[in-house]
Amino acid sequence: MDFLRPASWEEALAAKAEHPTAVPIAGGTDVMVEINFDHRRPAYLLDLNRIGDLAEWEVGERTVRLGASVPYTRIMENLRTELPGLALAAHTVASPQIRNRGGVGGNLGTASPAGDAHPPLLATGGAVEAESVRGVRMIPVDDFYVGVKRNALAPDELIRAVHLPKADGPQQFSKVGTRNAMVIAVCAFALALHPETRTVRTGIGSAAPTPVRARAAEEFLTAALADGGFWESGHPLPPSVARQFAQLAAGACNPIDDVRGSARYRRHAVGVMARRTLGWTWESYRGRAHGSQGGAQCA
Amino acid sequence: MRVTCTVNGREQRADDVWEGESLLYVLRERMGLPGAKNACEQGECGSCTVRLDGVPVCACLVAAGQAEGRDVVTVEGLADFARQRDGSGEPGELAPVQRAFIDAGAIQCGFCTPGLLVAADELLERNDSPSDADIREALSGNLCRCTGYEKILDAVRLAAARGTARTTGQGA
Ligand SMILES: Cc1cc2nc3c(=O)[nH]c(=O)nc-3n(C[C@H](O)[C@H](O)[C@H](O)COP(=O)(O)OP(=O)(O)OC[C@H]3O[C@@H](n4cnc5c(N)ncnc54)[C@H](O)[C@@H]3O)c2cc1C
Ligand code: FES
Ligand code: FES
Repeated sequence: MDFLRPASWEEALAAKAEHPTAVPIAGGTDVMVEINFDHRRPAYLLDLNRIGDLAEWEVGERTVRLGASVPYTRIMENLRTELPGLALAAHTVASPQIRNRGGVGGNLGTASPAGDAHPPLLATGGAVEAESVRGVRMIPVDDFYVGVKRNALAPDELIRAVHLPKADGPQQFSKVGTRNAMVIAVCAFALALHPETRTVRTGIGSAAPTPVRARAAEEFLTAALADGGFWESGHPLPPSVARQFAQLAAGACNPIDDVRGSARYRRHAVGVMARRTLGWTWESYRGRAHGSQGGAQCA
Repeated sequence: MRVTCTVNGREQRADDVWEGESLLYVLRERMGLPGAKNACEQGECGSCTVRLDGVPVCACLVAAGQAEGRDVVTVEGLADFARQRDGSGEPGELAPVQRAFIDAGAIQCGFCTPGLLVAADELLERNDSPSDADIREALSGNLCRCTGYEKILDAVRLAAARGTARTTGQGA
């Protein structure tokens, strides 16, 4: 095995071009587990820790450019306002030690259906900035997950950053697991309200071969909110709307039975999380936009 | 490959390190520092917790080569580290958090202790009067199979209370 230690982004791209099988290592919280257990014996490890700007982020006018290696801890601490859904999800990842090392670039690299960054990324929308010596490519988040633990990166590409729109409305993330720390999602759900465009977007984790959006649920809710004039009135949503949204979200799942949960349970839980996150975000929207008291956070 | 880094304030070098080796292995097997424990090698238990450039991490998930040129603190160096940081205590004395673990009876088999000490010390560095929720959160990456955690929580509360008493006593 060779340990490649590029000191700059350009060097990293050159190394990846020369050795396309080289395995990038950022926080190492996925890669090292595989090496420790001999599940993976790459010929080259490509260390990204020395490339400082991968751990930085920029908050622009409308978007956040999040460096691939910004640790979850930094996201939780610094980007709560701009990226509330991702910040909530980051807080549910593993433990402080893991959150101090792991980041979104690694989560995207692994592309596990259970990765907690994926549902909020799908719900906010945005793009992955992938680069190789051949050039830069912006891959929409929607096109990034192509199969079970497979992503759209070419062998010579590295992720430099993720570009995410700043929140224009409330966002929520919910995850089912057996305890509050150190838990791989049984399933997870993210919801983002986008009052500017009068749309909603969702992301589901661990309930299909890849992270997915609940598109039918999004379309239904977007139409229901528009038809009922809810964005303008800020009225409470009728239970029938929440129920239908939940049902359609559950219907977007294509889960399996495994040790963490049965397919039936996952479908049910996604419906419950859809209804709850809708309740939370809508109350918050009403509170912000219409000065209502906003009820207790309880579904 | 060769790996050179600062461990507990001293420059350490290890030769013939395999490229896939973890920082934990290098510390324990090549640098003679078995304080950080190896229990799971998959980030689940926290018994290998060390500070890497000040940040608490699982040493089992840091590739040895990633530690090149960086600063590591293990439980062996915790007392010196705390003394220099806090500007109190005598050489050879335990760190306040270590003292508190003993006094509170927070140690049974002791396997989890080094990781918990490093994590708890870092919590108190950030937050000198943590709530119970803060303590639980900060220690949520450290498993203990013996104590049932209550005495560990006691120990952290005790260390915090003593720390606050000390600084108040100094009029700080
Ligand atoms: C105990 C434990 C608990 C965990 N719990 C959770 C959890 O609750 N939720 C969750 O989502 N994840 C969890 N994980 C998984 C892991 O922490 C996350 O997937 C994390 O985001 C990985 O980030 P990293 O920087 O450590 O990735 P690394 O391990 O460094 O890399 C992961 C993958 O991405 C590739 N990669 C990394 N950076 C780049 C880049 N810039 N360009 C291209 N490819 C790249 C690597 O080659 C590798 O294939 C857990 C892991 C452990 C050990
Ligand atoms: S040995 Fe590193 S976390 Fe368990
Ligand atoms: S004292 Fe035995 S594992 Fe904690």
